[in-house]
Amino acid sequence: MAAEELTLSGHIQHHLTNAKMCSTDAGLAFNKACADSGFWTWHVDTLAWSIGLGLIFLWIFRSAAKKSTTGVPGKFQCFIEMIVEFVGDNVKDTYHGKSSLIAPLALTIFVWVFLMNLMDLIPVDFLPAFAGFVGETAFGMDSHDVYMKIVPTTDINLTAALAIGVFILMIGYSIKIKGISGFIAELTLHPFSSSNKLVQVILIPFNLLLETIALVAKPFSLALRLFGNLYAGELIFILIGAIGLMQLPLHFIWAVFHILVIVLQAFVFMMLTIVYLSMASSDSH
Amino acid sequence: MNLNATLIGELIAFTVFVWFCMKYVWPPLNGAIEERQNKIADGLAATERAEKDLELAQAKAAEQLKEAKAQAADIIEQAKKRATQIVDEETQKGHDEREKIIAQGAAEVEAERNRVKEDLRHQVSVLAVAGAEKIIGKEIDASAHSDILDKLVAEL
Repeated sequence: MAAEELTLSGHIQHHLTNAKMCSTDAGLAFNKACADSGFWTWHVDTLAWSIGLGLIFLWIFRSAAKKSTTGVPGKFQCFIEMIVEFVGDNVKDTYHGKSSLIAPLALTIFVWVFLMNLMDLIPVDFLPAFAGFVGETAFGMDSHDVYMKIVPTTDINLTAALAIGVFILMIGYSIKIKGISGFIAELTLHPFSSSNKLVQVILIPFNLLLETIALVAKPFSLALRLFGNLYAGELIFILIGAIGLMQLPLHFIWAVFHILVIVLQAFVFMMLTIVYLSMASSDSH
Repeated sequence: MNLNATLIGELIAFTVFVWFCMKYVWPPLNGAIEERQNKIADGLAATERAEKDLELAQAKAAEQLKEAKAQAADIIEQAKKRATQIVDEETQKGHDEREKIIAQGAAEVEAERNRVKEDLRHQVSVLAVAGAEKIIGKEIDASAHSDILDKLVAEL
């Protein structure tokens, strides 16, 4: 195993592998022991980093909310309110219904995804190497067996979880606003429609197929866009990190470019969430 | 693509985060922002009102000042008129007084002259009588010739 890790592809593979945890007959098992565990495997690094960052987000914003004053705000409150107002304005511009959920949902997605993307700017070897060191000295593990993927948004599980959450809300809003019959009508009576009842019935399967694809494509595009962008970015960081001293200027350039990407991807995820929920809540089709 | 239980964990975490944000983060922050916006809007409205009030007050003050100036000018005009009037009156009075004093003086002089004339006449009659006595050499009874004397006196 150690020999494999020394090659370039092994190094990259090591960086792109999550720390796994699963329960086997012998109790909790980790990493390579979980190779065959199937669905019931937990990516502990993704979970730990994402939940940790989510808690940091909530802690920062909650402390701002507690201290918030309607008088002259401090600099910290101004900063937080800038983000809140930015998200609020975007929600107001796009979502015309009344909902107390959309805005906090958008805020959570924006800041949380941004924080998780931000982990991409930490030099790729720092935290994995530190984790390897800790694993080796504290737990007596082979440092090559310690996996640590610190950017949760490069894990399809996380982006898919966000997209599924949004998808559930989309269906929920559709049914809440239009009723079950309205929702089903939306899926079956468009885009092809006819005044002839018989033709209409014949068209239902085609409509259902098209509309279902259109509906399901939304969470897929959400999940894969974020995952793909960040995964590719992370991969390039790893590749740059593998080329020796020349990496410094390249790393700098890619990191500067990536500052744009991480904010943009967080913003895009938030905006698309609002747009999809807005489409789900509007009657016109 | 290895979807696994992490998905469920993240879904739960996502739900909890959104719920917490909706319950404890968004409402106070957004509420504070909106309340401050209202406050600022009120403040701006109040400023506008105050500005209007100030303008009105300034206009009023200018008008009052103008009125006061006009009044002052009126008063001064009147005072001047009154002053000339008083001077005229006093001059007239002085003139009258002078005339009166002059007339009185003239009357007194006239009276004195008449009195002296009378006296002189009387003395002339006495002298005439005395002369006549000297000429005639005897005493003349003045009362007997009083009619002659009176005639004489009247002729003088």
